[in-house]
Amino acid sequence: MERVKRIKAGDVRTASRLIRNLEDGMIEARSTIKHIFPLTGRANVLGITGSPGAGKSTLVDGLVESFRKKEKTVGVLAVDPTSPFTGGAILGDRIRMQRHAEDPGVFVRSLATRGALGGLAKAVGDAIHILDVMGKDMIIVETVGTGQQEVDIINHSHTVIVVLIPGMGDEIQAIKAGIMEIADIFVINKADREGSSKLRREIMAMLDMAPPTAFAAGWRPPIIRVENAFEPEGFNKSLEELSSTIEKHYQHLVKHDLIGSRIRRKAVMELNEAIRTCILEPVLNRLIADGETETMIEKLINKETDPYTLAEDVAKRYLKDLNL
Amino acid sequence: MSDKKIRVMVAKPGLDGHDRGARVLARCFRDAGFEVIYTGCHQTPEQIASAAIQEDVDVVGLSCLSGAHRYLFPAVAKLLKEQGADDITVVGGGIIPEQDFQLLYDAGLKAIFVPGATLASIVDWFNTNVQPRA
Repeated sequence: MERVKRIKAGDVRTASRLIRNLEDGMIEARSTIKHIFPLTGRANVLGITGSPGAGKSTLVDGLVESFRKKEKTVGVLAVDPTSPFTGGAILGDRIRMQRHAEDPGVFVRSLATRGALGGLAKAVGDAIHILDVMGKDMIIVETVGTGQQEVDIINHSHTVIVVLIPGMGDEIQAIKAGIMEIADIFVINKADREGSSKLRREIMAMLDMAPPTAFAAGWRPPIIRVENAFEPEGFNKSLEELSSTIEKHYQHLVKHDLIGSRIRRKAVMELNEAIRTCILEPVLNRLIADGETETMIEKLINKETDPYTLAEDVAKRYLKDLNL
Repeated sequence: MSDKKIRVMVAKPGLDGHDRGARVLARCFRDAGFEVIYTGCHQTPEQIASAAIQEDVDVVGLSCLSGAHRYLFPAVAKLLKEQGADDITVVGGGIIPEQDFQLLYDAGLKAIFVPGATLASIVDWFNTNVQPRA
């Protein structure tokens, strides 16, 4: 397939257009992924998540610089939110990364969430495959600014970095479930600000209380302090530390045979996602096109029936082999 | 169901740090349902062309208030063309005297928006003249 050949050769236009077609839900784009999928699994995938304004994009920019110094090629997928009202989006992560715009070893692509709830865009999984087949050694996925629950990034990454900043809340935040549990590495960013030692103590206490099973083969998430990005000397040093910690984590996964479980996690997610795309979406689209959705909504509003009865009725018509 | 959206890059080439207008436009495009990539100030034409290709945008909107549009706008259009991406529409805006319009059109720009252009008229132009390609 010509398109696959071009992507393998690293052609940016072809790759970016394919990502676009996947975002737009074009069925023919899926057939290209069918050819690409068997070729994937070479790149190291890094997830970066944290609250809005935590400094994720600036850290990504610093990591790109550090990987490039080690002569690794880098792909970046940066996700920003879609407006729930207009469907539009402002994708601004790139602003921090523009110094790499002309480096052919770096490919940065911004994606809008388009309604996805887990902190990523629906096309991210396939976009990772595309960058992988383009030959990028490192793929960095930056999530939207997250709250507590947007943890989809774990399904895609070998290493997850959770970026925190001082002053975001009391110690109860540190024992909550969700985003605080998914880190392989913590970064305390803007650590020159007041409250960074307290934040560090809170993370340490949280980790101290975690059951030993929480640390896969003994990997206790290290905490890296990163100070003001406008003071390049200290910033670059912290970034070197972060970059070598990422490398160490990857070695740890390899040494203890943990990569397999992460690959499995991604496979489970991709299968579920693909089934949803191939079964649920066509059905929903047909119901909308036939005007049936509107009729059903009216029935619900008037309390003539309930959502389960309606859904079971749809399932009976479309999924004949299910015993409902 | 296919869900096509116009992707726009708003970019400020050259030594011009006045990006209020560019930001207002970015916001306005968002509200029009476009996906907007904003790359910040002080960009070289090379950075803009390269980012536009990586982002697979349908249109690049260049803003320049410094008077250097005669050089910077054609430079972006030329770089896109050289990289086989002249299907990306290039438009410009800012403090641009009318006598420069023809030069910019000749360089490949498809529209020029100057002070007085309403946000609605700009969005209208985009909706009429730009097709999401996918």
